[in-house]
Amino acid sequence: MAPEAAPAQPTLERAHVLHLLRQMMRIRRFEEKCAELYTASKIRGFLHLYIGEEAVAVGAIQALTSDDAIVATYREHGHALVRGIPASAIMAEMYGKQEGCSRGRGGSMHIFDAATRFYGGNAIVGGGLPIAVGLALADKLQGRSRVNACFFGEGAVAEGEFHECVNLAALWKLPVLFCCENNLYAMGTALKRSESETDLCLKAGSYEIAAWPVDGMDVLACEEAAHRAALEVRAGGGPCFLEFRTYRFRAHSMYDPQLYRDKREVEEWKLRDPIALFQTRLRERSLINDDDVKQIEDEVAAEIAHAIEFAEAGTLEPAGELTKFVYSERPRS
Amino acid sequence: MTTSGQTVRITYREAIRQAIREALQRDPRVFVMGEDVGRYGGCYAVTKGLLEEFGPERIRDTPLSESAFVGAGIGAALGGMRPIVEIMTVNFSLLALDQIVNNAATILHMSGGQFNIPIVIRLTTGAGRQLAAQHSHSLEGWYAHIPGIKVLTPATLEDARGMLWTALEDPDPVLIFEHGTLYNAEGDLAAEAVAVNIGQAAIRRPGSDVSLITYGGTLDKSLQAAEQLAAEKIDAEVVDLRTLRPLDTATILDSVARTHRAVIIDEGWRSGSISAEISARIMEGAFYELDLPVARVCSAEVPMPYAKHMEEAALPQVATIVETVRRMLGGNG
Repeated sequence: MAPEAAPAQPTLERAHVLHLLRQMMRIRRFEEKCAELYTASKIRGFLHLYIGEEAVAVGAIQALTSDDAIVATYREHGHALVRGIPASAIMAEMYGKQEGCSRGRGGSMHIFDAATRFYGGNAIVGGGLPIAVGLALADKLQGRSRVNACFFGEGAVAEGEFHECVNLAALWKLPVLFCCENNLYAMGTALKRSESETDLCLKAGSYEIAAWPVDGMDVLACEEAAHRAALEVRAGGGPCFLEFRTYRFRAHSMYDPQLYRDKREVEEWKLRDPIALFQTRLRERSLINDDDVKQIEDEVAAEIAHAIEFAEAGTLEPAGELTKFVYSERPRS
Repeated sequence: MTTSGQTVRITYREAIRQAIREALQRDPRVFVMGEDVGRYGGCYAVTKGLLEEFGPERIRDTPLSESAFVGAGIGAALGGMRPIVEIMTVNFSLLALDQIVNNAATILHMSGGQFNIPIVIRLTTGAGRQLAAQHSHSLEGWYAHIPGIKVLTPATLEDARGMLWTALEDPDPVLIFEHGTLYNAEGDLAAEAVAVNIGQAAIRRPGSDVSLITYGGTLDKSLQAAEQLAAEKIDAEVVDLRTLRPLDTATILDSVARTHRAVIIDEGWRSGSISAEISARIMEGAFYELDLPVARVCSAEVPMPYAKHMEEAALPQVATIVETVRRMLGGNG
C-alpha cells in the first residue's frame, strides 16, 4: 500500500489560517454548548472540556493524513471534531443515543471512530499509550509508513506506562508521535507538586528520542512542531515527543470547584487565549476581518445547532441489545 | 482425531510449542512477544528454538514492561496483527491488569462494536513448585470474572496443542492459563493434532455416583482420586471445564443431573472464586437434582508458603479429594 503524501507544510495562506481558526472556534463553541447541556442534564457522566487547549489538537492533527491513527484521552472532543468525526455523532454519543459514534456505549470519554482511525477516548491516565505503541508496531511489521499520534496529559508522565511506552517505542523505533498536553494540572495536582523533575522533554529525551517543547497556545507553533515531528516519525526514525505547553481554562470536569489554583493564574493564562491570540495576529497582518469571524461564528453555530437537533432526535438502543458488543458477533457455521 | 491414527510421544511444553510454530507458519500476522521468549527460549522453554526459526521480528524479546507490551499487543491486534503475548507468570500479569481489564475487555463495547481485539495472552499459573507467595497464584478464576475476555485452561496435551489456533481465530481477547506443573507432563498425542473447540467442558471420566468438577492443574489429581474411589466402588465422573469464561454450564448441570452429587476442585482460593460461581450455578440450575450440598476442595486461604510440606497442605491433593467424596457418600448412608 502506497502511503498517502504527507500534508503540505504550514503556510499563512488565507484559506489555511481561516481553516485553523474555524477548527479552534468549532471546538470552543462545541465545548461551551456541552457545558450548557450538562447543566441542563442532557449530558451526564463525566465531562471534561478542552477550552483553552484548542490550538494543540488543531495544530497537531494538521500533520496527520487519513491513514494515520489517533489515540486520545477522556478530554478528546476537540481531537474528535478536528479529526473529522461529525459533531452530530459526537453529540449523539453524549446524549447516549445509538446514532452516537460509539452507539451510546462510550459517552464523552470514549469517542471511537473506525472510519477516521480514532482509537478512543481512554479514561485511564496513560492507558492509551501502549495502544499507540502497538498500532505503531503493527505498522512496522506490515511495512506501512504511518504516524500514530498519541495524546495524553502531563499527568500521564507520572505513570509507569509512560516510561515503559516511550522506552519500547524508542527501542523498536516505532512510528509514534507522543503528544503531551501539559496543562500544568493532573486534575488538581500541579506538576511541580508531583514531579521531582518538571522538565518533561528531559524525561522523554532520556530515552534517546527527539523531544521538544511547543507553545501550546500558538496554533501555528503547534502545527509547525507537529509537522516536523511527524516527518521524522514517518521517515522511520522512531518516535518523537512534543510537549505542548497549554492551559485548561475551565474546571477539570463538571464536578471540580477548582480549589487548587488561583483565579489570577487562570486570568493570566486567558490573556494568551489561543483563539484570541490567533485572531489578533491575523488581523494585524490583514489576513482576516470582522466579516470572516462573523461568518465562522454563524457557520459553527449552525453546525452545533444541527448536532444538537440530531442528538435530540436520536433514538435509544433497545435495552434488549444490552449484551451486544461484549464479544464479536460471528456467523455460526 | 487423525487420518493416520499415528501418535507421538510429547510433553505439554512441546505441544504448545508445536501449536505456536504452526500458527507462525500458517499466518504471517502471528507474532510472539514477551519477556525472554527469544534468546532465552522462554522462562519455561516453551518458545525455545523459535527465534532461530522465525527471526527477531516475529519472536520479540521485550523489556520488563508488562503493561507496555501487553498493551502493545492490544494495539497491534487493532492494527491487524495476531499477537501471541507471553506473560511469564500470572503474578506478573497484575502489572498489566490495566491493559487487560480496562482496554482489552472493554474496547469492543466502548466503541459500539467498531474495534475488536484478536489478541492471545499466554500465562503460566498455579502452585506446586515451592515458588512461594508471589509466584504461585491461580488467578484464572479471577480473570473469568471479567466480561469481554475468554479464559482457557488447557489441562491435556490435546488442548495444549489444539486450543491456541482456535484462540487465534477468535476475534476477541483470549487468555490461556498454562499450569506450571504441566509443562513436563508427557503422553501420546495424535501426530496430526488439530484445533479443538473452546467453550465446551469435557467429561474426562464418566461415572454415576459423584461429579468431580475441575480444570487445569487439578484435573490429573481429580482423575487419580477417581481411580482410588473406583477401588472403593465409588464411580466418580470427572468434568474438565477447559474454559472458565464462557463457562459451559450445560455440561456441569447434565453431569450433576446424572450423579446427584458435586465436588468442585479448584486451586484458587475458595472466597469469591470460580468454584463459588460453579456452586451457585448448580444451585440455580440443578438444585432439585442434588442429593447433598455441593462440596469444594480449594487452596487454603493463605499466601502460598515456600516449605514443601506447608505448600502441600495448602493445595488440593488427591487425598483431600478422596476424603471429601468419602465423607459425602458416607454421610449419605
